[in-house]
Amino acid sequence: MSGTIVIPPGLILIMVGLLIAITRGHVRSIMLLAAPVVTLIAVWSVPDGVAYSTQFMGYEIAPVKGDALSRLFATIFAIMAFGGGLFSLNRENNTELAAAFVYAGSAVGVAFAGDLISVFIFWELMAIGSTIVVWCGRDGAQRAGMRYASIHLLGGVILMAGVAGEIAATGSTAFNAMQPDSLARWLILAGFLINAGAPPLSAWLPDAYPEASWSGMVFLSAFTTKTAVYVLLRGFPGADILIFVGLFMVFYGIIYAILENDMRRILAYSIVNQVGFMVTGIGIGTTMALNGAAAHAFTHIIYKALLLMSAGSVLYMTGKSKCTDLGGLFRTMPLTCVCGIVGALAISSFPLTSGFISKSMISQASADEHLVIVWMLLAAASAGVFLHAGIKFPWFVFFQKDSGLRPSEPPWNMKASMVLFSILCIWIGVFPEQLYALLPATVNYVPYTASHVVFQLQLLLFSGLAFFLLLGWLKRTLTITLDIDWFYRGLGRTFERAFHYKTSKVWGIAVERAYRGVVRFVETLYRHHGPQGILARTWPTGSMAFWTTLLLGAYLIAYYL
Amino acid sequence: MISANLPALQVVLPLLGAVVCAFLQRGVYAWGVALIVTATMPFVAAGLLIQVMDGGPISYALGGWAPPVGIEYRVDVVNAFLLLLVSLIGAIIMPYAKASVEKEIPADRQAWFYAIYLLCLCGLLGMAITGDAFNVFVFMEVSSLAAYALIAMGRDRRALLAAYQYLIMGTIGATFYVIGVGLLYSMTGTLNMADMASRLGGIESSRAVLAAMAFLTVGISLKLALFPLHVWLPNAYAYAPSIATVFLAATATKVAVYLLLRYFFTVLGTVFAQQSLPIAEIVMLLSLAAMFGASIVAVFQENVKRMLAYSSVAQIGYITLGIALVNQSGLTGGIVHLFNHALMKGALFMAIGAVFYQIGSVRLADLAGIGKRMPITMGAFALAGLSIIGVPGTVGFISKWYLVLGALEHGWWWLAFLIVASSLISVVYIGRLVEVIWFKPVSAAAKRAKEPPLSMLLPTLLLVAATLYFGFDTSATAGIAAMAADWLLVGAR
Repeated sequence: MSGTIVIPPGLILIMVGLLIAITRGHVRSIMLLAAPVVTLIAVWSVPDGVAYSTQFMGYEIAPVKGDALSRLFATIFAIMAFGGGLFSLNRENNTELAAAFVYAGSAVGVAFAGDLISVFIFWELMAIGSTIVVWCGRDGAQRAGMRYASIHLLGGVILMAGVAGEIAATGSTAFNAMQPDSLARWLILAGFLINAGAPPLSAWLPDAYPEASWSGMVFLSAFTTKTAVYVLLRGFPGADILIFVGLFMVFYGIIYAILENDMRRILAYSIVNQVGFMVTGIGIGTTMALNGAAAHAFTHIIYKALLLMSAGSVLYMTGKSKCTDLGGLFRTMPLTCVCGIVGALAISSFPLTSGFISKSMISQASADEHLVIVWMLLAAASAGVFLHAGIKFPWFVFFQKDSGLRPSEPPWNMKASMVLFSILCIWIGVFPEQLYALLPATVNYVPYTASHVVFQLQLLLFSGLAFFLLLGWLKRTLTITLDIDWFYRGLGRTFERAFHYKTSKVWGIAVERAYRGVVRFVETLYRHHGPQGILARTWPTGSMAFWTTLLLGAYLIAYYL
Repeated sequence: MISANLPALQVVLPLLGAVVCAFLQRGVYAWGVALIVTATMPFVAAGLLIQVMDGGPISYALGGWAPPVGIEYRVDVVNAFLLLLVSLIGAIIMPYAKASVEKEIPADRQAWFYAIYLLCLCGLLGMAITGDAFNVFVFMEVSSLAAYALIAMGRDRRALLAAYQYLIMGTIGATFYVIGVGLLYSMTGTLNMADMASRLGGIESSRAVLAAMAFLTVGISLKLALFPLHVWLPNAYAYAPSIATVFLAATATKVAVYLLLRYFFTVLGTVFAQQSLPIAEIVMLLSLAAMFGASIVAVFQENVKRMLAYSSVAQIGYITLGIALVNQSGLTGGIVHLFNHALMKGALFMAIGAVFYQIGSVRLADLAGIGKRMPITMGAFALAGLSIIGVPGTVGFISKWYLVLGALEHGWWWLAFLIVASSLISVVYIGRLVEVIWFKPVSAAAKRAKEPPLSMLLPTLLLVAATLYFGFDTSATAGIAAMAADWLLVGAR
């Protein structure tokens, strides 16, 4: 314990979040902007080691425990809360902003949680906050929110069972690096991975996030998956299974993003893809890889938020989010377009952007460990990222055809937050040492060597070329009005054929069976448990008495035997 | 002098209050009497709890007749905890009751309502405090008859049928109980519980004792609404006046659970401890059936009070599951859930009572969008709902945690899974409620709703604050529950 009083940084955002629910106008604006700044100061005043401990259910827990990794994640979460707050200043829905700040504060809380119980507490708070953010979204967000809540609370109970088992087995609540070598630890790992968007439950993310509002999704993109990355970094560094899980996520994200038409759903799939890179890095488990995963989480939050701010601005101004409805917006939204492109370059790891200096660390780590296949897959995935997020998003939203839409630029605060995050993307890309200094271990890595830069540029330029060659070929054969439609459907079908050809029939039958099974199950449930079901309807008094007697008889027999 | 007579005061004060209320014509005066009486109860109970925790069990000979011949009031940490719970709930409800009763009960019956309420409180406290098996039956009848009357006062005509069914079932339960006590009396020649326990040594496996065990288990299970003997409960809770629902949901079943604990661990401790009898296994099976079956029924309910009633059946399953685990953590979980569930279900029924006060309906469709009109009440409702789900930071989590630990102490991973999985079903029905209340367009019925008077709002908020406070500071609740569990487990060895 240090002598000074430490304010739990996460608590600031949570408390302010609750206040935001009941304030309006300038007071709200000031709180939205000031709270993250105060949080940032609090984050950097947390000393190393346990800063605050207390008793809970007879266990000694440490809700605030500082070290470099905690501070790194808490810092980016605070920056993100600021950017999101600035972007959402003109959002009228108080409930959403309040929930978003509670959500952000809980994420900071997870980053500083020094024991498994604290992790779990903030984990569940995050689930509640984010569910409310989803709920405040567009029409139809309610059902998506329920699905989202169910998955996360399922993850929560799996985690809880794991935590209880771990504490029962070891007698300690400590949250340290471990290997999945007992049932309890497997459960903890599974609970973490569900939040990371790992298979087989990846679908919650692209299902729920795009249903959120234009501002809500900016918040959602940052916290849930990245706290999962954080706890995996802290809890399971070097767990081999994470390499496979991560690679699966990388390609899952790419393939579905290429097939997708909704710009924000593209970016949602791309979150799964990017988190896949981080999870792979954690699975590799060397110092370089772990540093890389942490750095990538940091940079990813910024550029993904930037991309979603750009997409959110378009949605806010036009009310549309389908690529087929958009296009040619660069004419009237030049700033939004430029910021979107900066984000797109960063996600594609263009040299001089933040993505380059972080993702290359993970690739380098796989090379250092002589994981040739992993390295090659990651390189291929880098090209894929450029295809789906780097080019596809800005091209179809801002260029391509002229959709006839002439929206103006969004309000000043939205522009300001986009500019701020664009500057951050480039700043980190140009001065990587400053981010490297924050990483948990000393960095012995120079991103800007000739070979790195040339390799990455070649990769990007060739995949870019491929995109436009493909596009040009398609264009020549089709009329302008049809081409985008055809492009998506055609390409979609091509990919479907390529990836599901052999399995599709069997798969289709299996899905159909499963679906029918679920329907029948719910019908059965309803028959017995629904308002007219045997369990729910009012019984005649006689049969109540009869069953009582029957139960008595059963007891007597059971006791006598 | 007073501190020595606290056990008697605990029962006599509400009884006297009931008599006074019965003679008063005006409802307001009766309310005043009830308010004063119920307000003193928690102090009496707290005094008892402090005495017990400092100096061990208290034995109080009623009327100076020494036990085991006379009736003995016996207070140990288990029932002192329960007395405090019942007294607290009884007191917190009273300020809330005035507005609600004026709205729901005809003016000429309001004084009667308070008289019966106090009588019911008297019966419940008496059941908890007495150490005499037959005296338990007397108080059980006092509380039950009062409860039937309370339920029958509901405005909905279905309340009469519900009360009638509860009467039949409750009487069967009480009869079974008294048959069980009679069998034990024939074997031991005493009605004093402690005395009975000591005289049962050596005859644990005689047929009569086993039959007594079966009768007592079924009788008490009926009273505590253990699945599948819960069928009287949903209608009784759904159609009773709001106050009666809050009070009975938070206290009546809890006292019955206490009786089960008392018989399983103290009186019939030696019988219960026999490995050959599948008592714990049967109770566990029924508890699991309650946790899942009743929760799923709750998902499909359209009447919110009925939905919460089914949720109660499920939550009682958690409590009895803790009992069936028969180890320190499990029993702690069960006992602490007894307290926690009273807090959260009390808060939920109070919030719904406030809705009924404002719009005269508890149908789910009528509640659409009501969160926008009654943000404070419905915010409280949502928080208490989170506690039902068992979100950390609320009391629901504490109970669930101890139950999971209890399951793991046996090495039963499957049971740990079932415990946490069943809470996922509550996510569905609570989530559905929250979604309708907060995120649906305002319904025609909800349009005219506004926040209830402060006298209704504050008690609700107090209970919600308690569900949050005891979710963080568990030293009082889980601490005492752990002591109670230790105390009970000694009896069962």
